[in-house]
Amino acid sequence: MNPAPSIVFFTTASGAGYGLLFWLGLLRPVGLLPQAPEFALACLALALVLVTAGLASSLLHLGNPQRAWRALTQWRSSWLSREGVAAVATYIPAGLFGLALLADQPGLATLAGLLAAVGAAATVWCTGMIYASLRPIPQWHHPLVAPGYLLLSAYTGMALLAAVSALGGVVGGLAGLIVMLGIAGVVLKLAYWNRIDGMRPAATAESATSLGFIGKVRTLDPPHTETNYLLREMGFRVARKHAARLRRIALVAGFGLPVLLALLASLSGGVAPLALMLAALLALAGMLVERWLMFAEATHTVALYYRGS
Amino acid sequence: MTCLPDPVPGAKKLGLVIDLDTCVGCQGCATSCKEWNASGHSAPLPDYKPYSAGAEGVWFNRVHSYEAGEGAAGRTVHFPRSCLHCENAACVTVCPTGASYKRAEDGIVLVNHDTCIGCGLCAWACPYGAREMDEDQGVMKKCTLCVDRIYNETIPEAQRQPACVLACPTKARHFGDLGDPDSAVSRLVAERGGQPLMPELGYKPVNSYLPPRRRPDQVPVEDAPTQMDIKNPVLRWMDRVLSRAEG
Amino acid sequence: MPEAPTPTRLQPPPDPRVDYSVPVGDTVKTTTCYMCACRCGIRVHLKDGRIRYIEGNPDHPVNRGVICGKGSAGIMTQYAPARLSSPLLRVGERGSGEFREISWAEAMDIATGWLKAVRETAPERLAFFTGRDQSQSLTGFWAAQFGTPNFAAHGGFCSVNMAAGGLYSIGGSFWEFGEPDWDKCKYVLMFGVAEDHDSNPIKLGLSRVKARGAKFVSVNPVRTGYSAVADEWVGIRPGTDGLFVLALVHELLRNDKVDLDFLARYTNAAWLVVRNPGGADDGLFARDGNGAPLAWDRTRGAMDAKAADLSPVMVGDYTLPDGRKAQPVFHLLAERYLSPEYAPEAVAERCGIEAARIRRIAAEIAQVAFEQPLVLDQPWTDVWGRRHEQTIGRPVAFHAMRGISAHSNGFHSCRALHLLQMLLGAVDTPGSWRYKSPFPRPIPPGPPPAGKGAKPNTPLTGNILSFPQGPDDLLVDDAGSPLRIDKAFSWEAPLALHGMMHTVIGNAGAGDPYPIDTLFMFMANMAWNSAMNPGEVIRILTEKRPDGEYVIPHVIYSDAYFSETVPYADLILPDTTYLERWDCISVLDRPIGGAHGAGDAIRQPVIQPDRDVRPFQEVLIELGARLGLPAFVKEDGSPRFKDYPDYIVNHQRAPGVGPLAGFRGTDGSKKGVGEPNPDQLQRYIDNGCFWRDHLPPEQHWYKHANQAYLDGAKAMGFIPKPEQVVLQLWSEPLQKFRLAAEGHGERQPPDHLRERVRTYCDPLPIWYPPLEQQGADLGRFDLSAVTQRPMAMYHSWGSMNAWLRQIHGSNKLYMARSRAEAMGLAQDDWVWVESRNGRLKCQVSLMEGVNPDTVWTWNAIGKRAGAWGLTEDSPEAVRGFLLNHVISEWLPAQEGFRAANADPVTGQAAWYDLRVRVTKADGPGVTEPHFSTLKDRPGAPPRPEVLAYNAKSPA
Repeated sequence: MNPAPSIVFFTTASGAGYGLLFWLGLLRPVGLLPQAPEFALACLALALVLVTAGLASSLLHLGNPQRAWRALTQWRSSWLSREGVAAVATYIPAGLFGLALLADQPGLATLAGLLAAVGAAATVWCTGMIYASLRPIPQWHHPLVAPGYLLLSAYTGMALLAAVSALGGVVGGLAGLIVMLGIAGVVLKLAYWNRIDGMRPAATAESATSLGFIGKVRTLDPPHTETNYLLREMGFRVARKHAARLRRIALVAGFGLPVLLALLASLSGGVAPLALMLAALLALAGMLVERWLMFAEATHTVALYYRGS
Repeated sequence: MTCLPDPVPGAKKLGLVIDLDTCVGCQGCATSCKEWNASGHSAPLPDYKPYSAGAEGVWFNRVHSYEAGEGAAGRTVHFPRSCLHCENAACVTVCPTGASYKRAEDGIVLVNHDTCIGCGLCAWACPYGAREMDEDQGVMKKCTLCVDRIYNETIPEAQRQPACVLACPTKARHFGDLGDPDSAVSRLVAERGGQPLMPELGYKPVNSYLPPRRRPDQVPVEDAPTQMDIKNPVLRWMDRVLSRAEG
Repeated sequence: MPEAPTPTRLQPPPDPRVDYSVPVGDTVKTTTCYMCACRCGIRVHLKDGRIRYIEGNPDHPVNRGVICGKGSAGIMTQYAPARLSSPLLRVGERGSGEFREISWAEAMDIATGWLKAVRETAPERLAFFTGRDQSQSLTGFWAAQFGTPNFAAHGGFCSVNMAAGGLYSIGGSFWEFGEPDWDKCKYVLMFGVAEDHDSNPIKLGLSRVKARGAKFVSVNPVRTGYSAVADEWVGIRPGTDGLFVLALVHELLRNDKVDLDFLARYTNAAWLVVRNPGGADDGLFARDGNGAPLAWDRTRGAMDAKAADLSPVMVGDYTLPDGRKAQPVFHLLAERYLSPEYAPEAVAERCGIEAARIRRIAAEIAQVAFEQPLVLDQPWTDVWGRRHEQTIGRPVAFHAMRGISAHSNGFHSCRALHLLQMLLGAVDTPGSWRYKSPFPRPIPPGPPPAGKGAKPNTPLTGNILSFPQGPDDLLVDDAGSPLRIDKAFSWEAPLALHGMMHTVIGNAGAGDPYPIDTLFMFMANMAWNSAMNPGEVIRILTEKRPDGEYVIPHVIYSDAYFSETVPYADLILPDTTYLERWDCISVLDRPIGGAHGAGDAIRQPVIQPDRDVRPFQEVLIELGARLGLPAFVKEDGSPRFKDYPDYIVNHQRAPGVGPLAGFRGTDGSKKGVGEPNPDQLQRYIDNGCFWRDHLPPEQHWYKHANQAYLDGAKAMGFIPKPEQVVLQLWSEPLQKFRLAAEGHGERQPPDHLRERVRTYCDPLPIWYPPLEQQGADLGRFDLSAVTQRPMAMYHSWGSMNAWLRQIHGSNKLYMARSRAEAMGLAQDDWVWVESRNGRLKCQVSLMEGVNPDTVWTWNAIGKRAGAWGLTEDSPEAVRGFLLNHVISEWLPAQEGFRAANADPVTGQAAWYDLRVRVTKADGPGVTEPHFSTLKDRPGAPPRPEVLAYNAKSPA
């Protein structure tokens, strides 16, 4: 699948933003975060900027962005529509959360924050399910995909939260959470890559053409000698060596280094702000690579028609 | 809207039956489709860089060719690929706007170009590559089963068929109601063992592909070696009595 | 399936998003397609003057409503930016692409000036050659009026072997001359047919054959297209089809599976051949005092071979009343083909087909022909006046095309195929191959070719392309040297019925047999894919004499598109597209008749040109008037014809015979022969732009000996006399050429050609290795290389089409997977393809279904950068390639004599004799040879970045 930059950026940025919103709404009431409204407002602003930038980027992917509102209508069947509904809906508690903070209404802030956390989680889940529901793409149509989106969103959100928190002078247990989430992320990605590496395709050239009863099916002539939309969009291929290198980069930059930096931050308070800032940036950069791979390594059955099994 | 219509017993399932035994790969269905639809319901079907490197365009029908099997059992098969108007059309259910829809009455899967946002998700959801984006207008386009021909009162009745079916010079394409077990197309599918594509994905395509026929058995000739049986074989015709009378 | 099932009337469901009943357009006009030479009827729907939709005409006899990939893309051919838009005059060096746009008045003045000077001095110095046009009855007539013998169309490099082999054997041939009985055959064998002629009727026919469960066998080195749907694919080695066929003949004779009754009645099998080795009459037919051929009657001895009550012997040695020895033709052929050299075992290795398989196919053919005859309760009456209550058919049908035609042994291979048909009795019977009107014609038909004694300002009498009966009819001077620039009808190619366009430029460049002044071409891309060696053609067209003048001083070219040849001409006369013009698919040329009756067709303009272009035929008629060609001016010297439609309606080749056979007579009631009808074209238009006659059922079969048919054909002007067309197993004209080569008669070949003429003018079909391969190092060049025409492209006409070029934008060299892998080649690797003539660079594609000793590619996909309105980075120029670059128009020099790379009997270009070797290439992925980019012509329109053609909304 074609790793369109707008989509790669969207899921990375929005994922981190929703993760941040999620943790903010969830952890603030339990007292794990600085209670100053300024802190929460800063986190909320960052979360909404990321979410909104991501959503805006995803609109760039549309052929007719001015009609995007229509995407809110088909929530009964479409995960993309549900994602849209959830994303829009989440703005409401998130907005209330902000207003409550400004108006110094802690009760409402807690409630709205929790609701925003639920909305954030729901939105990311929908995002994951958009991919996980696509049967022609076996690398996406996989039980680890939607949980993966949630987990990585939580991880990058936590990295951001910890960084902002450290800037506010509080490190607390957040670094530890980064370590835990990071390790969980590594475990999940390794398990996922392990699964997709040995994965059987969703179909075969033989079943795609119904000619398997004759024997092995090979392509002879394509229907067109240059490329087309299908090949550009769904025929994208990444070299195995290149993918392996990118996986290592994603693991080291996106998980390994942030976890180490988080450990460093929790050991030595002085460097914490810098270490956690760096950890968050690395985690986000790593996520861009991970998300690019998510597309690049995904294969669509339409390629069977062009390249055979 | 993008929920699939509830199955209605006896409802029409309009679709195509494509005979892989007679398709010679002439591309007639592909270009006649392009030609009809360029100015039809889905107009236009743009072409990008039409006269330079990287020329490509929007087509609803693409003809591949394959080789299946090896040696004497091997075959070359020409394979037209277009929308199969699936019963379980995920391209419809994933659509966030309702622009993609499957019609309860005849089963045709269509896109409303006035409401499509061009997100491309339906193309991802289609395992068959039946949808192609009009990147000029930013909307998805696909085979309409020539919905503006098959019901068109201004066209003579015999020609109210999809353009590809009328064009096909080897008559390898057939159009009809696959929901009616007694229709000509359903009988064809039953007689010839029509196959769905990628049945394992569960999309339940309406279109069916008739497999290449089994070849007649080739019985080796029981034959003596080529040494002449008789010494001067020409002379065997010496005594043959021929006449121009009735024979 | 025979017909698509018509659905029951559908009721549209309510859906406000769909406009169900938009009228297709505001106007619909019928005309004839020209996206290839198939001549299908089309209906063109127009909306506000633009083309909305082109569909097959359901009423048309050729395509019955279907339309192919090319025809449906005609809309993009109409609107291609490559269309020429005004006359052009060269202002720079040839090939520089420096042109000036000029007016038609100036263009016509220039052309008239050049041509007048030639006609007034030496008319043969005009070489007028056309490509795949469909107006040869006009162009040939014009050339004869001009007085030059140097006229031909593209048949010499297309399929003259097929035409000549058939016309000299059975009075018909394949494609325009005959067709398999698709509705009744039980076994059909197809040789060397890719997309070639004729496109849609073959497809329609095959679908019917397969629906009936008849067996379809395709003999072709490559398993694509029609071969892909065959019940049996025979992946023969190129150039060995004739040998395979003669092995089938051997088997049929060996097993006595021949139709002796058919042979005795309808062929010259019983005719007596004089046996007098060394004598001037050896191998000629024994004839009586009136010249009638003799046969040996079982009881009465030698007598008129055509007598109704003849009871002939088919074998044996006989002594004629004058004491000469003679044998029946059948004896001679049986002796020859029963020889072990034609046994399956002997040919298997060479053909690449196992002996047992050859024997099985022969047995299957015999089984169908003789155990499953078709018996129709259809009475008919033969030439002897006997009524047959039934019509007996041998339901084995054949079709063949360029795959056997485009070899230097193709003439004899085609003859072998017709020999096989005759032995089976499978000629124009139910279920077999059948004549298409106006065939059969006498064997050989008509008068000899015109062209002797060209004189200034004097028309030639007769047809330039016609049928030699023997040495006296050749166009050679007293020394035996050719009179034609292409050397057609000379000892080098005595039966070059379609001329030899592939040698014209080479010969003109060498001044052999003489230099020319003006080369006038129409629709022939000689500087690219129409040339056997484009680089050499380009060299000659740009070559100058010591005095600075070009070796060919004037080149006039007419084409509708900016082809590779345009930059090499001095004067460009831009033609219209096929949708902007009148044309006639004439009975005088290549009509659309079928087995069920005569037919012809027209084109009418369906849209008006938006450029300063004129239909070539109209230009030709005006040039004829300007030059004062007698048939094109009235007595007072004014133009005889207002325009091309006027010519189509009012020209009479013979009294009452004109370009169109339908709706003749003042009231349109006559067919074939009749006075011109001023409303004729309107009658054609009213009838869908075609006319079709329908023979009564008793005339459908055995037309060569069906008296009612022959009487009707005479009345229509198709044959001079209503006499039996006796099928010719033994060809006496060929024997006459052979006798001349053996030293008999006044006209004899020059010594350097004696052996060649003697060898190849064999009166019975023979097989020999293709000339190029004789004595060649086949170990070094270990692969045969051929091309096929893709179904979605018609030669070069397609790359300017925005839709078709997406389907075939570049081509690869296909190779057997096993062979390629053994050489370490993988899919898409770049390779060198080397022949004795040069090398080219391309990509390989691996496949299963190809003869392992053969490589092939799609024809004419490669384009020169800058041509056809494409940018220079187009895949056609970067990765597409022409196999032509490694073909030579000449055979390897043999003792100082430069022979055309062609069939020695017919001059047919031997495209498919090519041998190559393939080696892995390094370096950049760009095809070679890579010629410089052609400069676009002035007035070329801009190329759109996005083409969103939509006739619904205004442009």
